[in-house]
Amino acid sequence: MTELDTATALWWAVVASGIYHGINPGMGWPLAVSAALMEKRSGYLYRALASLSFGHLLAMAAILFPFSTLFFLVEWQRHIQYGAALLVVSLGVYLLLNRRHPRFLARIHPSRLALWSFLAAMAHGAGLMLVPIYLGICKTAETDAGHAAAQTLMSGTFAVAMAVALSHTLAMTLSGGAAAVGVYHWLGLKFLSRSWLNLDLVWALSLILVGVAALLAIH
Amino acid sequence: MNIRPDPTFHATPKLAMEAPPETLAFTMMLSPDGSEPDGLAVVDVNPESSTYSQIVHKLLMPNKGDEFHHFGWNACSSALSPLAGHAFLERRYLIVPGIRSSRIYIIDVKEPLNAKIHKIVEPEELFAKTGYSRPHTTHCGPEGIYVSTLGGSGEDGTDGPPGIFIMDCETFEILGRYEMDRGEQDKHYDFWWNLPRDYMVSSEWGLPPQFENGVVPEDLLSNKYGHKIHFWNLRERRNVQTIDLGANHQMALEIRPAHDPASNHGFCGVVVDTTNLQGAIFTWWRNSDGKFEARKTITIDPQPANADDLPDLLKGFGAVPPLVTDIDLSLDDRFLYVACWGIGEMHQYDVSDPLNPKLAGKVEIGGIVKQAGHPNGKAFGYGPQMVEISRDGKRVYWTNSLYSTWDDQFYPGERGGAMVMANAGENGGLSLDEDFFVEYPKGYRSHQIRLEGGDCSTDSFCYPSV
Repeated sequence: MTELDTATALWWAVVASGIYHGINPGMGWPLAVSAALMEKRSGYLYRALASLSFGHLLAMAAILFPFSTLFFLVEWQRHIQYGAALLVVSLGVYLLLNRRHPRFLARIHPSRLALWSFLAAMAHGAGLMLVPIYLGICKTAETDAGHAAAQTLMSGTFAVAMAVALSHTLAMTLSGGAAAVGVYHWLGLKFLSRSWLNLDLVWALSLILVGVAALLAIH
Repeated sequence: MNIRPDPTFHATPKLAMEAPPETLAFTMMLSPDGSEPDGLAVVDVNPESSTYSQIVHKLLMPNKGDEFHHFGWNACSSALSPLAGHAFLERRYLIVPGIRSSRIYIIDVKEPLNAKIHKIVEPEELFAKTGYSRPHTTHCGPEGIYVSTLGGSGEDGTDGPPGIFIMDCETFEILGRYEMDRGEQDKHYDFWWNLPRDYMVSSEWGLPPQFENGVVPEDLLSNKYGHKIHFWNLRERRNVQTIDLGANHQMALEIRPAHDPASNHGFCGVVVDTTNLQGAIFTWWRNSDGKFEARKTITIDPQPANADDLPDLLKGFGAVPPLVTDIDLSLDDRFLYVACWGIGEMHQYDVSDPLNPKLAGKVEIGGIVKQAGHPNGKAFGYGPQMVEISRDGKRVYWTNSLYSTWDDQFYPGERGGAMVMANAGENGGLSLDEDFFVEYPKGYRSHQIRLEGGDCSTDSFCYPSV
């Protein structure tokens, strides 16, 4: 595969994971439906979606930016990539073995959706899943640029992190928003209990998959 | 864990009403003198079945003297909120506390006719982890299973206040006390909540010495039983407001919030007003500024009686008090059922306007003085007590025992445990069903009823009906 193809594939992975996070009711879109029904105004649906998205975006940024700083250490790049991939695999294995949901999430006030969304994304490793993909993109970008000055490289990785977090969250918002709007206006809440699938296992496996794929790619 | 949410979980009360009707009921059997083990009785409530109106399975406990009372499910429709984080629990286990022994049984009813004990939490574990005793009401909520208790620690349960504790919803391990700031709450009975609005309401009966050996007349006449309701910030676990209903309103028991979470009101039943022997219902509500208010909206008068017809406890009064011991609200929040255990009546109120309830139907059965029989000709001992409504609101079931030692004071002698059912009209009206009458095994009394797949006092809904 050429660098360009790899980059395209990785960007698609960013978007696909966003759609996946968004469509999963566990990540919050039913709360937007609930908010609109509770207040009897559809505006609250969009307001709630915005809060959920903001929390998710923060969670992505909180994970990606530290890595973008680390990536500035050019001679350690490979190690960082390995480390990140192993981290994602271990989280996947942990979630595979421990299927319990963190109880502290249930303590958050129902109106603090941004906080809830942030913590839910952190607790389930939604941001971490993006790290190997993000690092892969940085790598291809860097090859394009050749040996750029450290300053340029750093601002480049920051920009990429921002772009990854934004496009992922946009995909997440659009897919979750579509589900919420669909249920609110047309499908009805019966759709919620009918369509909600237990993705715990799939989620854990997809973390492992991303990590392993990254390990193979670095090799 | 399921792959899809349990089919008995419903996002809204309306969807729950549209679900298939119940075919089985789970009820408590209790041995009033503790001579036999208490148990679970599974009742066939499917009119198409050949064993309709019969106990089709009994599960007896390995201990005696537990005194079964209220019980609940391990999981309900509240799991459908992403905030709860456990959407894929099965509605499979009944959490059955013994209010005398403080022992808790977890009963697996996945195969109802082969129900078995899944786990037993011994009293010592409850005492050690919570400092509470005499567990009572259970509800499944955001942090797991919440159980209210009637006693604190110590031999007679008066060493420290009673409260609520939380159990893990998968392992049934006791996690600890719920309260972080209980305010002036020092007695406990029932509790329920509005999950999206994040508030809880709790009520008060009395401390263990006030009920375990029977009602204490001096305490009642000096207004020493509970008469306050407490409002809590549910997730902050903080008492934010206490409303005193007035000291004469003795024993504020069942709390029934509107099922539709968009509504901000609910009801509370008061057993007896010591100034006039009336039974009462208070409507409570939350204002837009977050403050709660409560107002008495239903009163039920005592009925004059000859002293000869009254038990010793009531002889001096020349009247029989209604004794409002249980209330239940239909899933459409339209009809409130009020059990008048003393006078032997089940009232049905239209509460479409929660501040102006209207009596819509009434059934007379049992009663201290009236002792009204069932339309099928059989005698009905005691009076209408624990009431449960089918999800669709069409059938109303009830049993007849209040609490072992209190039964004996108000209704001396063994009168037989029974369960009956009444059909409710679409726009009100209530009539006993001639074909439904469950007699409990000799020596056993009957208490709370839980319907297969949920009923009107278990599930908490996180989405408003549309």
